[in-house]
Amino acid sequence: MTAAGLARARRVTRTPRASSGSAVGDRRPWGLYIALSLGLLLMIGPFLWMLLGSVKTQHELLASPPTLLPAAPTLDNFSRMFKRLDFAQFFFNSAFIAVVVTLANLVFCSMAGYALAKLHFAGKRGIFGLVVATLMVPGSVTLVPLFVLMSKLGLINSYAAVILPFAAGAFGVFLMRQFIIGLPDELLDAARIDGASEWRIFRSIVIPLVRPALAALGIFQFLASWNNFLWPLVALTDESKYTLPVALATFAIGQHKADYGLLMAGSIALVFPVIAVFLILQRQFTQSIAMTGLKG
Amino acid sequence: MAAATATAERGRARRARPRPRGHLIGWAFSSPFVALFAVFMAIPIVASFLISFTSFNIGNIQSWTSAEFVGLENYTKALSDDRFLKSLRNTAYFVVVGVPGTIVCAIAVAVALNLVVGRMKTVFRVGYYLPVVTSIVAIAVIWRYLLAPDVGLVNSLLEQLGIAGPDWLGNTKTSMPSIIALGIWRNVGFSMVIFLAALQTIDPALYDAAKVDGARGWSLFRFITLPLLRPATLFVGVITSIGYLQVFEEPFVMTKGGPVDSTLTTSMLIYEQGFRFFNLGYASAIAYILFVIIAVLAVLQFRFLRPQS
Repeated sequence: MTAAGLARARRVTRTPRASSGSAVGDRRPWGLYIALSLGLLLMIGPFLWMLLGSVKTQHELLASPPTLLPAAPTLDNFSRMFKRLDFAQFFFNSAFIAVVVTLANLVFCSMAGYALAKLHFAGKRGIFGLVVATLMVPGSVTLVPLFVLMSKLGLINSYAAVILPFAAGAFGVFLMRQFIIGLPDELLDAARIDGASEWRIFRSIVIPLVRPALAALGIFQFLASWNNFLWPLVALTDESKYTLPVALATFAIGQHKADYGLLMAGSIALVFPVIAVFLILQRQFTQSIAMTGLKG
Repeated sequence: MAAATATAERGRARRARPRPRGHLIGWAFSSPFVALFAVFMAIPIVASFLISFTSFNIGNIQSWTSAEFVGLENYTKALSDDRFLKSLRNTAYFVVVGVPGTIVCAIAVAVALNLVVGRMKTVFRVGYYLPVVTSIVAIAVIWRYLLAPDVGLVNSLLEQLGIAGPDWLGNTKTSMPSIIALGIWRNVGFSMVIFLAALQTIDPALYDAAKVDGARGWSLFRFITLPLLRPATLFVGVITSIGYLQVFEEPFVMTKGGPVDSTLTTSMLIYEQGFRFFNLGYASAIAYILFVIIAVLAVLQFRFLRPQS
């Protein structure tokens, strides 16, 4: 929009006084592209380095100075990853937990968001106030009691321990409320006059209209759950229940002679699904982040 | 949802009211969230507060009631605990350098990106955002390798320029700056997206008018863009401060708080006290002190940085 504005500005300012100086955008901004490209290299360079490193031998990974391209590309790191770590199990754990958490959030947060946006009931303000307040509470405050609670319930080291606390997040409720509140009341009232139940209105009118918000919440929750680290690290003590980040961290941290090849291969398994999801759905994702940001 | 249907039918009989007043429906829709939220969020927040006044340790996990009430002991202990005070200083260091660093980088990238059109814009935006969606564990793996003193890419590039690079993560002088740089690298994409959206709401006519008056590049940015980005800057500032005050993952995976506690943050101390030493009462007290600091700072930021209108 601003680019269009600048183009217009250029036309407007073709007065003798204005054209004597050089306004931003008068020339093709090559300097800008170069600066942005250098920045881009800094941001994605590490990922490329990881990709290259994953097909190098351990010997080459420890070479000084490092080689740019692998001298003898090998998939050895990946095959060792499957042999040495119970990799398929970790992958399944991460995926299963992320899918359940995401689905639960989509259902529960949109239901609560609808109630907070469009229904009138005693206690509504209280619930919304709590939602907003807890967005500020540091995760470390609930860490200890949550651990005690889960131990008491006998849930430590179960999928439930890492699913339940995240099954209906305050952020999701906030997001869905912000979207649903923008829907016209007339639409919902018309359905009520036609005799539709609130559940029917929610399912057949509200949900289809907030699909972009649901998509955004879905991606956000999936990524958050897939990358979640601290709580799974505390709550999962048995290796068979480890998620990918917990497994990789346990394997990587505190090792003096790091097996870089294996770590690179594991990191790619951890990062690749996320990058794929993100590249496919990036527009919806970044737009929704921006929307919540502006409204918040 | 039988309750919902029943109430709706009653509504129809009375020529449907414009808005349903049925308390039951509202609660029915909210109940799954409210139940989960109460059990796993609200109760723990209160419990944490209570635990912070007790000597709660590993023995009390199965028998809560045997925890001894110790009054403010955990809090007074914290205030004279050198490691806690050091963790506060380290956290402050991270926030004071990291938050402005993130905001400046994010605004610079957003303003530059806003001048780019077409396919390249998407490429840049996705690229700058990539670290935000990446697991911290994978980030740690790659950056520990990049920053390794002997085989790391960073130091061998510096060597090409004739500079002997330090042991970035193993030296008390460079460990925290490295962690802060990593924090900025990882978070700049999120703030960039917010600023980008805010830039798009600025009316181009403002720039036109200023140009007619003879304003150029820097003054356009200084007197139009920057003031109009103020709400977005406030939002990013508050969100980033809240996040950075809780910084845990970066130092945990990169340095484990070392060397010599130079990157030990308050959240790391909570984790260590709670889950390595199982001093759960003490850990809760520290968590509450951190909570109060975060809340006070958030309120102050809203007070003083809110656009005057």
